[in-house]
Amino acid sequence: MAYLSDEKISFGIVIVGGGPAGMAAAVAAYDAGERDILILERDNALGGILRQCIHNGFGLHRFGEELTGPEYAYKYERMVEERGIAYMLDTMVIGIDKERNLTAVNRDRGIFTIKCGAIILAMGCRERPRGALNIAGTRPAGIYTAGTAQKYVNMKGYMPGREVVILGSGDIGLIMARRMTLEGASVKAVCELMPYSGGLARNIEQCLNDFDIPLYLSTTVVEIHGKERVEAVTVAEVDERRRPKLETARTIPCDTLLLSCGLIPENELTKDAGIPLDAITNGAVVNGDRETDVEGIFACGNVLHVHDLVDYVSEEAVIAGTSAVRYIRGESGRDADIALKTDGRVRYTVPQRITSLKDTVVYFRVADVYKDAYLVVKRGEEVLYKRKKQKLAPGEMETVKLTEEMLKGDGGELRLSIEMA
Amino acid sequence: MLDYIVIGAGVVGGLVARELTRYTDKVCIVEKEADVAMGATSANSAIVHAGFDAKEGSLKARLNVRGSEMMEELATELGVKYKRNGSLVVGFSDEDKKTLEDLLERGNKNGVKGLKLLDGGEVRALEPNIGEGVSCALYAPTGAIVCPYELCIAAVGSAMDNGARLEHGFEVKKIEKIDTGYRVFAKDGRMLEAAYVINCAGAYSDEVAEMAGKGGFSVHPRRGEYMLLDRECGSLVRSTVFRCPSKMGKGVLVTPTVDGNLLLGPTAEDISDKDDTSTTVEGLARVRALASEQVSGIGFGKVITSFTGLRSVGSTGDFIISCEDGFVSCAGIESPGLSASPAIAKYVVELLVASGARLDEREDFIPTRRAMHFFSELSVEEKNALIKEQPEYAHMICRCEGISEGEILNAIRTEPRPRTLDGVKRRTRASMGRCQGGFCTPYIVELLAAELGVDYTEVTKSGGGSYINVGRTKEA
Ligand SMILES: Cc1cc2nc3c(=O)[nH]c(=O)nc-3n(C[C@H](O)[C@H](O)[C@H](O)COP(=O)(O)OP(=O)(O)OC[C@H]3O[C@@H](n4cnc5c(N)ncnc54)[C@H](O)[C@@H]3O)c2cc1C
Ligand SMILES: Cc1cc2nc3c(=O)[nH]c(=O)nc-3n(C[C@H](O)[C@H](O)[C@H](O)COP(=O)(O)OP(=O)(O)OC[C@H]3O[C@@H](n4cnc5c(N)ncnc54)[C@H](O)[C@@H]3O)c2cc1C
Repeated sequence: MAYLSDEKISFGIVIVGGGPAGMAAAVAAYDAGERDILILERDNALGGILRQCIHNGFGLHRFGEELTGPEYAYKYERMVEERGIAYMLDTMVIGIDKERNLTAVNRDRGIFTIKCGAIILAMGCRERPRGALNIAGTRPAGIYTAGTAQKYVNMKGYMPGREVVILGSGDIGLIMARRMTLEGASVKAVCELMPYSGGLARNIEQCLNDFDIPLYLSTTVVEIHGKERVEAVTVAEVDERRRPKLETARTIPCDTLLLSCGLIPENELTKDAGIPLDAITNGAVVNGDRETDVEGIFACGNVLHVHDLVDYVSEEAVIAGTSAVRYIRGESGRDADIALKTDGRVRYTVPQRITSLKDTVVYFRVADVYKDAYLVVKRGEEVLYKRKKQKLAPGEMETVKLTEEMLKGDGGELRLSIEMA
Repeated sequence: MLDYIVIGAGVVGGLVARELTRYTDKVCIVEKEADVAMGATSANSAIVHAGFDAKEGSLKARLNVRGSEMMEELATELGVKYKRNGSLVVGFSDEDKKTLEDLLERGNKNGVKGLKLLDGGEVRALEPNIGEGVSCALYAPTGAIVCPYELCIAAVGSAMDNGARLEHGFEVKKIEKIDTGYRVFAKDGRMLEAAYVINCAGAYSDEVAEMAGKGGFSVHPRRGEYMLLDRECGSLVRSTVFRCPSKMGKGVLVTPTVDGNLLLGPTAEDISDKDDTSTTVEGLARVRALASEQVSGIGFGKVITSFTGLRSVGSTGDFIISCEDGFVSCAGIESPGLSASPAIAKYVVELLVASGARLDEREDFIPTRRAMHFFSELSVEEKNALIKEQPEYAHMICRCEGISEGEILNAIRTEPRPRTLDGVKRRTRASMGRCQGGFCTPYIVELLAAELGVDYTEVTKSGGGSYINVGRTKEA
């Protein structure tokens, strides 16, 4: 394990969060020639959320093999160790400012400040809790986010319940439907507010269909019952405007309600530092280098926007890591300022701005399910790119490559849109 | 034998018990739940009312004004968060303006200081986000906010520091008069004797009075639903914004809390079940509609939780506080009961003295108590000095509210000791933030289990059968 000498209070690149994003950013920065790197992680090990994802399905893109979460994380941990990159565990970053002073706290040092050449934000995300959903009824024990339940089962070895209803069909919910079933619990229903699932198609197949767990679309939980522990939930179908149709209400007895209703990037530090956020991604607004609107502060991974595949997280982290190195060397090289706009069908893009004229992969998500539609990139009325897509769904992140050719030309704005056939 | 048994560990019972320990340490508080502050005290608007609302001459009016004057000093002594943020009652019409003038007059009679009528422009100068339709307001600079459960916990803690005892899970079922006082029996068979009994049983104070043969009144529950918003929204208003009462009802209030969140509510609905603290679809919708008229720009997407409180509405319309044969009842303590609570405690002592009880002040009474949130108020140097001795203060457990293991352990080890997750939450704010415990509860369960010396699966959310986990996994 790498050590950190006591006097040192400044670093070239400091990375907040030692999940897959943070580790990949550190490795990329090292490989780009930087040696003065420090990762700060509040948990007692590197790995981030992957540590509790003991199912398969990581790394197909990046390593060409199917790994579990901890296996994927371990590969990166090895790379960090082999390079001797410094990291501090059980260390929580509690503040950063625009001058890139970072404040953190741990047992050995108490509260301390580090002066950073560049900062890479890689804090991941958290799940949306019940309150945000504003479900009526009682407030008994037995209501957990799927990720909390995952922590109880996979990390602590305890069962949070036996008869389960899951609200939301996000991937964590789907994975937990299978996990709880394998542990002997009975998963009675997965209810999804939208007319489609927010999870990956393969998870619906492998986690629900293979276990005969019913998925009710356009359905939500309208009331929670039970005084001490959950005793039942009332579910109802919703209309096109997502309002419950109370005539369809029915009560399902259960002792547990798991919520898998979306993830929210963990941007407290970002906000406190005065870094502008994108209202849709809830992550920072960034350019192609994954640099935020505050110079020298970069972001990648789930803290920037929620990814369904860790492989993309690593990919994005490489961009942030190498860009941070160029930044501290004064080689950022900005020769453009192009805003990427969307049409509503495309919900958001990352990056939101492009500041250098080079080939740039743009990640985006769509607002609804579209079949046989065209993805179009335009400058004003001029069509720069048009490609037919068989199926686009909110649950799957999409990418499009904007070439240097396309980026050149007048006008500081490009628009991504979906056009129906 | 005890001098006093206080039934009910809400804010009233807590402060009464603490007041009594100024004179004697032979005080026992009995509470049916697994923790203190689980009744109305844990779910209300948290406003220290200025005192213009209650009818002139009523107990409510007198005790409210007196209590509100005492609150700041008391909160400081007990290390409880308190803030004098001022109150605004906003009106939308000429008719409302008349009502506000009446309120002003009543307030003046009640002895409330500094009341002032404002026109639309003046209201907006004070509160830029006030609703568009607002045309006038009554401003009460002495209106304040306090943390009600923190006040109750600190009051019980202070009483215990001064020798009082607390019995939880003690649900009073029977009361017997004996020569030397009373025998009080719990449902589970426990029995205590004391010269005096003070009934502060909130929603059940009518039934408890009945047990001692001192009934003759009733208390019924009135539901009030709330939404609590993320701290991001806490600065939308500075003062507490009430709506002028009218034919349309009382409206709701929009207020910052002492912890910087934004609170909206309550509704008012008479119900029959004294334990039904569920929220309803209609109630939450009503809160939303009314709050939006009073204040613009409320971010309903930032709701972090919703909850219900039950007011104990007494059959006389006023607080029902009486003392007979050494049995005191504090009943019908609906709003402004929190504001009045310090004065209620004094009043109870006055009634006891008038009835012939001997109350000599102790010399060793300790009035102060360290704030639960003391750590957050230290300077960086002070924090580091403490971390050096107790590194647990550097181990963050609740990342939303920034609460360390040290603070949680301190809470678990300080009387009245919490035994449940909700108990830890009310004392430390751990898991009260925007993720609502998604990350930290598994750790807090672990700390609680270790400190209480019980198995992980024995830890509950709020006592009784509210288990967090139901068993082990297959391979574990
Ligand atoms: C349950 C679940 C199932 C998934 N299933 C799959 C799958 O099957 N296949 C797949 O490819 N992907 C899957 N994913 C997605 C993938 O795991 C995530 O996208 C990826 O882990 C995100 O990486 P990250 O580094 O951005 O965030 P995280 O892994 O969340 O890491 C963030 C790290 O930052 C630390 N941190 C945060 N704040 C601070 C601070 N202030 N100070 C210090 N440290 C801090 C955290 O402790 C954490 O370790 C799944 C995700 C989840 C949650
Ligand atoms: C919606 C709402 C809004 C309010 N807003 C405000 C406000 O803004 N300002 C204000 O000043 N006041 C307000 N109030 C009023 C204030 O909350 C109450 O007056 C105050 O909390 C009452 O405290 P208490 O100790 O009497 O009752 P509680 O807190 O209900 O305590 C009574 C205790 O007695 C226990 N108990 C009951 N029966 C038994 C038994 N048989 N044996 C043992 N223990 C028993 C209960 O478990 C409970 O802990 C509001 C109330 C509500 C509900």
